[in-house]
Amino acid sequence: MVKEKNRAEKAISYKKPENNSHNILKLNSMSQLSDVRMETKKLSVQYGDHYGVKDVSIPVYNKQVTALIGPSGCGKTTFLRALNRMHELNRNIKVSGEVLLDGENIYGDKVNPVIIRRKIGMVFQKPTPFPIMSIFDNVVAGLKLTGTRDKRYLNEVCEKALSQAALFNEVKDRLNTPGGKLSGGQQQRLSIARALAIEPEVILMDEPTSSLDPLSSMKIEELINELKEKYSIVIVTHNMQQASRVSDTTAFFYMGELIEYDSTNKIFTNPENRKTENYITGKFG
Amino acid sequence: MCSYKKTEKSLLQRKIHDKFMVALLMISTIVVMTPLIIIVGYVVYNGIGAINADFFTQELGSPTRAIQGRPTGLVHTMVGTAVVDLLALIISAPVGIGAGIMLSEYPDHKLNPFLRIMNDTLNGMPAILKGLLAFAVIVKPMGSFSGLAGGVALAFVMIPIIARSTESALMNIPWSIREAGLAIGLPRWRVVLSTVIPAARTGLVTGFLIAFARAAGEAAPLLFTSFGNNYLPNHWTGMIFGPVDTLPQRLYSLAISPYKEWHSMGWAAGIVLLSFVIILFVISRLLTKQKH
Repeated sequence: MVKEKNRAEKAISYKKPENNSHNILKLNSMSQLSDVRMETKKLSVQYGDHYGVKDVSIPVYNKQVTALIGPSGCGKTTFLRALNRMHELNRNIKVSGEVLLDGENIYGDKVNPVIIRRKIGMVFQKPTPFPIMSIFDNVVAGLKLTGTRDKRYLNEVCEKALSQAALFNEVKDRLNTPGGKLSGGQQQRLSIARALAIEPEVILMDEPTSSLDPLSSMKIEELINELKEKYSIVIVTHNMQQASRVSDTTAFFYMGELIEYDSTNKIFTNPENRKTENYITGKFG
Repeated sequence: MCSYKKTEKSLLQRKIHDKFMVALLMISTIVVMTPLIIIVGYVVYNGIGAINADFFTQELGSPTRAIQGRPTGLVHTMVGTAVVDLLALIISAPVGIGAGIMLSEYPDHKLNPFLRIMNDTLNGMPAILKGLLAFAVIVKPMGSFSGLAGGVALAFVMIPIIARSTESALMNIPWSIREAGLAIGLPRWRVVLSTVIPAARTGLVTGFLIAFARAAGEAAPLLFTSFGNNYLPNHWTGMIFGPVDTLPQRLYSLAISPYKEWHSMGWAAGIVLLSFVIILFVISRLLTKQKH
């Protein structure tokens, strides 16, 4: 009974646009709307008394790119890291609210964060190849270090992941050289390949191109476009052109709060909120 | 705004200032270097005469051997030092590494601040007390002085050093590496074991060597644990379960003996000990350099 009531309430809140300014209904008009893969519900992240992110509720659609934009310190990276329980290394950070992956709360009591992180991969701002390890070992680290020994299978996965990350042709002759010897752009694609090798469902990217030159950035952007055929992607970016180029939906954060969430097209052409417009047009941030 | 002239004047002043400060630094460097050079020089000067083939191949025996000019040496001391120090390393390395990993990788654990204080206290505790503890927990129950007791006493010296050096070696590995490991679904222990520790391995080895060198020079904890012995034991187990000679403690007993011949052997023991410690430090320096 209670469950049914909850479901009914949920349905109502989805139908009433005035209850939720960044609601999901508006997106129903979008022709390419597909199902919701992940969803946050009143997600807050606290550093002591300070809110890094406050009461953010947004969906992440299947096989689409969701961009998180906003000025420095607005909470977009903090939000992203809450999506795969990355904050848990720091006891001073408290996460509240819910993050649903295929309807299941990843902060649930019985949920193992290690399993969650296998389903929700992450690529960081700086390329982070594991030192000492070869390119091959870097790519298959997620499998090899959790017990997969089958050499042929690992080779297959390595080739597939590197190809998906558009790196295979550049490194196929030197898979046994250290990953740290690659260029910055290559290292970042290696990090992406490593995330892809464990076949996650969602990929989180934290400013993946901010430490790269324009050419490498372009490659990563092309890559994101290809990856979204298979994966749901959430990307944090400082670069608004990038957000408009690669994403389908965009969330604008300011001072830890979600100001506006809508289709990227709407956000960049006709935002509803003044703050969003000011940020998009470069008046602040 | 300062005028051109004023600037020029202050430039001269600054040059003098610079020269003066550099001179001060030079003097401090010399002051630091001098004792080292004096120690090395004096030890070598006094001990070099006693170093010969017998010194490295013969046992010490009774004082009459040295007085009558019969072959005598410190081979049993060198072997004993190696055994006791290795025992200490085997005992302290797992414990020290474990504590170091705890300090570096689990900074949010509630036992961590306690561990840090304990470790620092242990590090600052007089070495002779560590010998006393090893005497109480190993020598007394076993009823005999032993190499094992010496190893345990030296392990107490090495543990806090290894813990601290492990911590700093692991802290040198960027935090992002750990997050990258977690992000591909590795459990925390696996991240530490397979990505952080391999990356920090030169730092870890350097830490061992420094701890080893430090413990190798300790005489106090060995006085009533490994105790000393003028002969090689008949069987190798005697090195572990019987009284064993070690360089720092042998140096002490030779130095307080009434025999002139033994005094010069003491200086020679000093040379061996010094070279051993210097070699360890040089290796650790080379390893550290290689990393950068």
